[in-house]
Amino acid sequence: MTKVWISGENTIDVKAADGINAVHLTVDDKEIVVSGGQTILEAVARLPGIGTIPALCYHPAVKPYGACRICTVEVSEDGGSKFRFVAACLYPVKEGLIVKTNTEKVRKLRKGIIELLLTRCPNVKRIQELAEEYGVEKPRFVLGDQDCILCGLCVRACHEIMGKSAINLVNRGIYREVAAPFYAYELGEECIGCGDCAFVCPTGAIEMGPDGKPILPKVKIPFAEIEAMMKQETVATS
Amino acid sequence: MVEQVRKLLEKRVTSVAELDELRKSILQKRDQSRTCISICGGTGCRAAGAEEILEAFYEEIEKRELQLQVELKETGCHGFCEQGPIAVIGPKKIFYRRLKPEDVPEIISETVLKGNIIERLLYVDPATSEKSTYESDVPFYKRQTRAILSANGEIDPTDIEDYIARGGYSALCKALFQMSPEGVIEEVKKSGLRGRGGGGFPTGRKWESCRQASGDMKYVICNADEGDPGAYQDRSLLEGNPHAILEGMIIGAYAIGSHRGFLYVRNEYPLAVRHARIAIEQAMDYGLLGENILGSGFDFTATINKGGGAFVCGESSALMASLEGKIGEPKAKYIHMSEKGLWDKPSLLNNVKTWANVPLIINKGADWYSGFGTAGSTGTMIFSLVGKINNTGLVEVPMGITLREMIYDIGGGIPNGKKFKAVQTGGPSGGCVPEQYLDTPVDFDELSKLGSMMGSGAMIVMDEDTCMVDIARYFIEFLKGESCGKCVPCREGLNRMSEVLNNITHGKAKREDLDTLEDLAGILGDGALCALGKTAANPVMSTLRHFRNEYLAHIDDKKCPAGVCRELIQYSIDPDRCEGCGRCLRSCPTGAISGEKKEVHTLDQSQCIKCGACYDVCKFNAVIKV
Repeated sequence: MTKVWISGENTIDVKAADGINAVHLTVDDKEIVVSGGQTILEAVARLPGIGTIPALCYHPAVKPYGACRICTVEVSEDGGSKFRFVAACLYPVKEGLIVKTNTEKVRKLRKGIIELLLTRCPNVKRIQELAEEYGVEKPRFVLGDQDCILCGLCVRACHEIMGKSAINLVNRGIYREVAAPFYAYELGEECIGCGDCAFVCPTGAIEMGPDGKPILPKVKIPFAEIEAMMKQETVATS
Repeated sequence: MVEQVRKLLEKRVTSVAELDELRKSILQKRDQSRTCISICGGTGCRAAGAEEILEAFYEEIEKRELQLQVELKETGCHGFCEQGPIAVIGPKKIFYRRLKPEDVPEIISETVLKGNIIERLLYVDPATSEKSTYESDVPFYKRQTRAILSANGEIDPTDIEDYIARGGYSALCKALFQMSPEGVIEEVKKSGLRGRGGGGFPTGRKWESCRQASGDMKYVICNADEGDPGAYQDRSLLEGNPHAILEGMIIGAYAIGSHRGFLYVRNEYPLAVRHARIAIEQAMDYGLLGENILGSGFDFTATINKGGGAFVCGESSALMASLEGKIGEPKAKYIHMSEKGLWDKPSLLNNVKTWANVPLIINKGADWYSGFGTAGSTGTMIFSLVGKINNTGLVEVPMGITLREMIYDIGGGIPNGKKFKAVQTGGPSGGCVPEQYLDTPVDFDELSKLGSMMGSGAMIVMDEDTCMVDIARYFIEFLKGESCGKCVPCREGLNRMSEVLNNITHGKAKREDLDTLEDLAGILGDGALCALGKTAANPVMSTLRHFRNEYLAHIDDKKCPAGVCRELIQYSIDPDRCEGCGRCLRSCPTGAISGEKKEVHTLDQSQCIKCGACYDVCKFNAVIKV
């Protein structure tokens, strides 16, 4: 058990790797050594022999956000007596941490989240693939027809990489959507047309338009429709 | 201008001795023989017309030129909101309730001038028909331990001198000059105080980790973004006694080594914002905030930030994001806020009630404090008792009191002789506790064992006319609207949960849908990012656990046992009882009822929208709801 794969052909002694910033982890019953200061997802992504953790709202180029929750894994900080669910993309690796990336419980939770996503976006290929992998057949709810899963990658890429902040997430809850400043429906001067947003989008919801600016996902709920919804809700609740 | 500056400098207190002197001089200035009339200016009483009462008192006192003999004061919430508007006539504290402006001249002429008691304005216990003359005799107050709330009814929240006269800021003196920061933390730790915002995290431990966190810049935050339906304790405290919260915050700042504080107050609480602002200004003027507080060399300033109307901003990380000027959405707290919070600096966030406890603990000692309550949850807790209960209001009781004592002894039971059904504790993410658990002691741990939680301390009492499925649906709708939408389980899960619950209340559900609800609850509990999502399924899960039969009645029989869910009920007119009075006919908004005067009326089901107006107005019980 002392020799483990670190990368490619090289093996390294776990005990010998007590560097300044080395953190010892147990991931899916394998002891590994990684450098500290990373998240579980980052640490595990580079290791062969461990199944990949699915993630939709994660991209190595931007800061992790923790919105899709598909990367949820089980961790134990006390040597394995108590496990809890955490988002692998956000949880920092710690000395002695035990991580389980693919247990029955984890798969069940991921399956549930994927069912919810498939309900929202039944036509997105990436979600369909995940649904197949996790055995989601037909969602039990009324289907939507959206492409955007609101992972916020486009927003973060625009803000963190380009420094433009031409788009942002607006509204709350199910009315949330990606929009340009002042809730505009089309991008103006603030957008430089770099296409980063379209590139990072995991569901292909953003396309570049003929004017060189992205066409934002068509989840926009016009105000009239929101009003109608609100009315319906008040009738239903009164 | 120069005059103003001089006045300000004169007010400034620069040492403990000067503060003591100030306190003495305030007390001396006060003519003890004056009759003090305190009018409750809390939310409930204001809604019931307290401002008119106050106006009437002003006019009457002016008319009779009694300004020298009578002191009129608008105080914070007295707690007994059901009986508002309330006036307490000192020094004996005669308790008058449900006042009307017409009563005011009589109060002045009889009670204030002659010392007679006006019988009809006294509180009468509906159970025993006994009258209570003095505030302390009222059963509602008698059974409470009002350690924090007692000041609310006695001080004018807009006058710092009132607070100082009552011994205010003495805990600050004690902390600054007789205790080390570590000593303060030790005292708070020893008291066993746990976060009153709902989480119940040991306050002392939070302070300690914030003190130990590295960094020069640290922040102290007061969470006054109370948004739970039915809870208004934080609001009443901030409106009624803002200096207690400020004093707690300054002590907390001294303990962790912070010099900057924020009060995050809900914008829907304009009076709380105003009183907090006045309190900060006055504390600045008196040198109790700002540089070199009381000559100790310790600096601390605080400012108010108004919330933007998002429920989720009551969650600590979302609140801090909002303070930073970002979208108010939570982030993962795998690294505690006390180490990396506001602007990634160590931040100490506590609820209004927690801060209000601090001066008491410092002044009276940890042992005194932990003498109240249970081993795991010490001290007192303020609950708002609302819903189908006789004595609506704010109650402060030691932890560990049973739900039954709270609802029947203090709350006075259920109105109109109805039967108790459940009590929802802890706001929208709390659970519903049914009758068989009424003898459960109320503290952090016992409530979570029942699938509910302490939360902010809201207690919504429900009677037999409440449909538990509808209640679950209502709270899920509320949370669905308040979900920030960041993480999938909460945004999509709550949406789907409300879809399923709406199907059930519309009689369109199948038995499998209950499993779906449980699945969704699992996803929310395990997968959601913040506490709002993690606990959101509580109202559904607790009602499913304790009231499964009601769900099954909706699904199998397509009936709503409580007669609430509109799609599952039908109104009809009993021909044997109908007298043909025409009241229902006139009240019907859609003209579904027809019939000649003095003859039996009929109801056309195709036109009926099931609003229940006919049911409410019928005097002969001829309208039947099935």
